[in-house]
Amino acid sequence: MYEFNYHRPGTLEAAAAALAAAEDGQVLAGGQTLIPTLKQRLASPSDVVDLGSIAGLDGVRREGESIVVGAMTRHADVASSPEVQAAIPALASLAEGIGDPQVRNCGTIGGSIANADPAADYPAAVVGLGASIRTDRRTIAGDDFFTGLFETALEEGEIIVSVSFPIPRRAAYAKFPNPASRYAIVGVMAAETSGGVRVAVTGAGDRVFRVGAMEAALAGSFSADALAGASVSADGLNEDIHAGADYRAHLVGVMARRAVAAAAG
Amino acid sequence: MPVNVSMNVNGRAISEEVEDRTLLVELLRETLRLTGTHVGCDTSQCGACVVHVDGRSVKACTMLATQAHGADVVTIEGLAEGGKLHPMQEAFRDNHGLQCGFCTPGMVMSALDLVARNPDPTGPEVREWLEGNLCRCTGYHNIVKSILAGASTMRGGS
Repeated sequence: MYEFNYHRPGTLEAAAAALAAAEDGQVLAGGQTLIPTLKQRLASPSDVVDLGSIAGLDGVRREGESIVVGAMTRHADVASSPEVQAAIPALASLAEGIGDPQVRNCGTIGGSIANADPAADYPAAVVGLGASIRTDRRTIAGDDFFTGLFETALEEGEIIVSVSFPIPRRAAYAKFPNPASRYAIVGVMAAETSGGVRVAVTGAGDRVFRVGAMEAALAGSFSADALAGASVSADGLNEDIHAGADYRAHLVGVMARRAVAAAAG
Repeated sequence: MPVNVSMNVNGRAISEEVEDRTLLVELLRETLRLTGTHVGCDTSQCGACVVHVDGRSVKACTMLATQAHGADVVTIEGLAEGGKLHPMQEAFRDNHGLQCGFCTPGMVMSALDLVARNPDPTGPEVREWLEGNLCRCTGYHNIVKSILAGASTMRGGS
């Protein structure tokens, strides 16, 4: 690890000030991606600003017809939250499937979505459930948040405060995990919401994306059978040693049908 | 730039100067000489470095020492009391739950987090929970047996 200056601010304002004053500041949330990245010397921030001591950034609460998850809420706490399990079981089970128990004990929702790994699970929930992201400056629609490979709509020094998930009528997440890392080779969140049907795919492209053709098919009938002929093109999908683009395209169909069957069942 | 970190480790208050970039596992092993916590892969995968921070199992190679400032940390050295092994440690011995023993501290610490959440786990639940703990000797069978036995003893069973 290269050297850096560590900061432990007690308030969001102090964290923002530390980031603004830094030559190349980096937010530290749960650290489950950042610390391995630093250890491999793939990043060399001048300053690391740890959000771990800021009160009020973690926890889950229900606000009307939404579940609001604080940015520093760990995956294990989303998975075991009675509020989440009751209102959006798909979100609880998604969180339970991330990494391993120790990663889930540290990793946070804010850290996950700010990192915008193309194979991370939470982006599928943010886009698939039509969530919105509150920061220390504004609210960003989930659909507008992920802008590319490890790229988000966050501005320099902007800090995520919470993620608000509208409670869907029904939803489920199906994932084909990499057996070693548990990252999604392909993961699909399918949801029937008050604003219509959403199908969001992670792991397959450079960022999470929706599949309009599947959403249209499911709007007529929210059943796995409605997706019998639906597929996505392999053009532009990820290819690596774990799966080619054609296989990922195939998995999108399989995971979508599994997700819909689970949600509809 | 050195920073001060203070925490409770195995019930003892410690306060040390560390570098900003010092990992928790480095503080434990190199400064405090608690070498029961092992570094296997050093890439968050193998779980040989699992310790408890405020009651949760974490990978000490993937946490800065400063992140544990003010926390209660328990390592494998903190389990035995008065020379008597913790029931989970005893269960690993009784059930031949280790061969080379390198992964064992992490296995035991991980197992205790599971049992704290789920006092009566099934075999498949134990296997699922061990996702983040790798063993290259045993094939896991006796580790699972050990954890089930340890959990049983901790529940007050036979």
